Amino acid sequence: MLTVPVETQIVFAGILFLLGLIGLLVRRNLVFMLMSIEIMFNSAGLVFIIAARQWNQPDGQVMFIFILAVTAVEVAIGLALILQVYHHFKTLDVDAINKLRDEK
Amino acid sequence: METLIALIPGLPLFSFLILVLFGGKLSRRVAGWIGAGSIGIVAVLTLVVGIHLISALPGLKSYSVIVWHWMHAGNLNADIAFSLDSLSLVFCFVITFVGFLIHVYSIGFMAKDEGFTRFFAYMNLFVSSMLILVLSDNILLMYLGWEGVGVCSYLLIGFWYKEPANGTAARKAFIITRIGDTAMIIGIFILFVSFGTFNIQELMHLASAKWAVGSSIAVITAYLLLGGALGKSAQLPLQTWLPDAMAGPSPVSALIHAATMVTAGVYLIARTNILFSLAPIVQGVIAVIGALTLLIAGFSALAQHDLKRILAYSTISQIGYMFLALGVGAYSAAVFHFMMHAFFKALLFLAAGVVILVLNEEHDIFKMGGLRKKMPVVFWTFLTGSASLSALPLVTAGFYSKDAILWFAYSSNSGGVVLWLAGIVGAFLTALYSFRMIFITFFGEAKTEPTFRAGKLMTVPLIILAVLSVIGGFIELPASMGSVHLFSDLVNNTLPGVGIKDVENREWLFQIISALIALSGIYLAYRFYFKKPAYMESFKHSRLNHFFETGFGFDKVYDTVIVKPAVWLAEIDKKDIFDQLNISIARLTLLGNRLISLTENGKLRWYILSFAIGIALILTFMITK
Repeated sequence: MLTVPVETQIVFAGILFLLGLIGLLVRRNLVFMLMSIEIMFNSAGLVFIIAARQWNQPDGQVMFIFILAVTAVEVAIGLALILQVYHHFKTLDVDAINKLRDEK
Repeated sequence: METLIALIPGLPLFSFLILVLFGGKLSRRVAGWIGAGSIGIVAVLTLVVGIHLISALPGLKSYSVIVWHWMHAGNLNADIAFSLDSLSLVFCFVITFVGFLIHVYSIGFMAKDEGFTRFFAYMNLFVSSMLILVLSDNILLMYLGWEGVGVCSYLLIGFWYKEPANGTAARKAFIITRIGDTAMIIGIFILFVSFGTFNIQELMHLASAKWAVGSSIAVITAYLLLGGALGKSAQLPLQTWLPDAMAGPSPVSALIHAATMVTAGVYLIARTNILFSLAPIVQGVIAVIGALTLLIAGFSALAQHDLKRILAYSTISQIGYMFLALGVGAYSAAVFHFMMHAFFKALLFLAAGVVILVLNEEHDIFKMGGLRKKMPVVFWTFLTGSASLSALPLVTAGFYSKDAILWFAYSSNSGGVVLWLAGIVGAFLTALYSFRMIFITFFGEAKTEPTFRAGKLMTVPLIILAVLSVIGGFIELPASMGSVHLFSDLVNNTLPGVGIKDVENREWLFQIISALIALSGIYLAYRFYFKKPAYMESFKHSRLNHFFETGFGFDKVYDTVIVKPAVWLAEIDKKDIFDQLNISIARLTLLGNRLISLTENGKLRWYILSFAIGIALILTFMITK
């Protein structure tokens, strides 16, 4: 079986995380921002899996299941919020939604 | 009997507590009758105790009771202890009896006011403090009552607190009387340091034993106590607060600023008369202050157009008479005039209250007129009060009390022609301004229509007080007409009698002069203000009239000499280096807040970027370490 060195795996996860972060930064559409957050979650989960395999411990995989559950919940709430935001502002542009800032 | 004395100030205090704690739950009816009822019960108690005391006189001088020990520290002993002698009995009688009538009147007067329960709570507290003041057997407890009445006066002047002017008047009254109070407490300290006791009787006993007549310490102490009396009794030079104090409801003016509290100074001097007899020079000053005050206030009253301000200046003037009497050593005459003044001045204020109430808060006498037919009960009672105030000969109480003062101002050891002349000019002015008030308010053509009729609750106290201000005088008749001395016999159990100069006793001559003066004042008022008002119309805009109207410009002088420099100093002090330090801390914090809130711009992606940069920085720091 082809073995990939653990450093490469971590770097892969890091690239995935950065992709998510950049997506979060450059996208203005709320749905895409949510998707970027999902990617970042997955990169974190991937690191857990890599660690579990490296030290032959099941804890990392258990943790990944947890992360899945958390992301599921997060997506559910996030999508509900996005729907409400769309109802209210008739747009999904995150820069337009700034009514809570400190008015001067 | 002794325990009943403790109930006299205790009961109003108790009803005050009930009204304060449960006032919100009581209906107006119940609250009013608790407030007035407690004073009524106390009036009956005073009567019972008084009759017992009078029947025990002169064998027993006073009833005393110690309620509890207030403070004991080293040689400092002060008890909550009361003592009732003939002087305090007279004051108690006036406070409770006149106070009760005014409370009953207030139930009608304040019926539609939203602060009804609050009003009765304050009034009860006032009566309680005033009774503590006159019943206390030590000077410290007396000072407690003294300050208590000051606080109640403040609360009640500013009773309608939504009007900023009323609050200003209340503060003015409080601060000016406070100047006198400060002098008084220093005087009390001197007495305590010198004799190591607060008990008034012991103090007076020790003072006469240890201090020589005219010694500087006696003179200084007497001056300091006089300062307190001048502030409370609105005498020169601390008289400016009383006319403004009329901002309070009329029953307050009647009870506090006419009948009782403002005469606390008279009580203080009468109570500590032994100390003042050790300082003859201060006694002379009292007489001169009284004479000057009664003249200045008399002239001022002549030019006022606010009904209550006329009565306020008249009160200052009448207390001036009492001080004149105190100054010449005629203590019983002063206390007698206090009692008669309480009757007729309370009556005048209450009647004025009715007039102002039914004319929808109209205070200006030139906008009244013709009320004689519209409100006959008020007219006749007001007329009785004014007649008594202007000392209408023979039939009114005011004649007998003022005549006694005028006679002693001339004939007592320290009296003289000048003091008598001041008194007689004052009597003329009194008659003139009293009947000016009557003719302008009640005669002539009607200018404002009354809105409703005053109820029985208001008119019955007026009638009772009117009767008292006529028959009250017959308990003390001068030697030339019947020589009845019921009153002076009573108070002379406590107060020293007056020393008469060796002059030919021509009291009847002086009586005739003062009677003529009073009548001529009334006649001139009739001519100038009823027959030919045009005379006075031209005078109304003159500079002299303005000078009188502003009370001889005292307010203006105090304002430029004291208030403005003080405000200027405070303005400077506001910006000194320490304040700058505090202010710059506040400024710095505010600046930081501005800077940080700049970053809070509502752009979500900007926040995320800051997160990312922050995390990157932290990671870099942790890895490179």
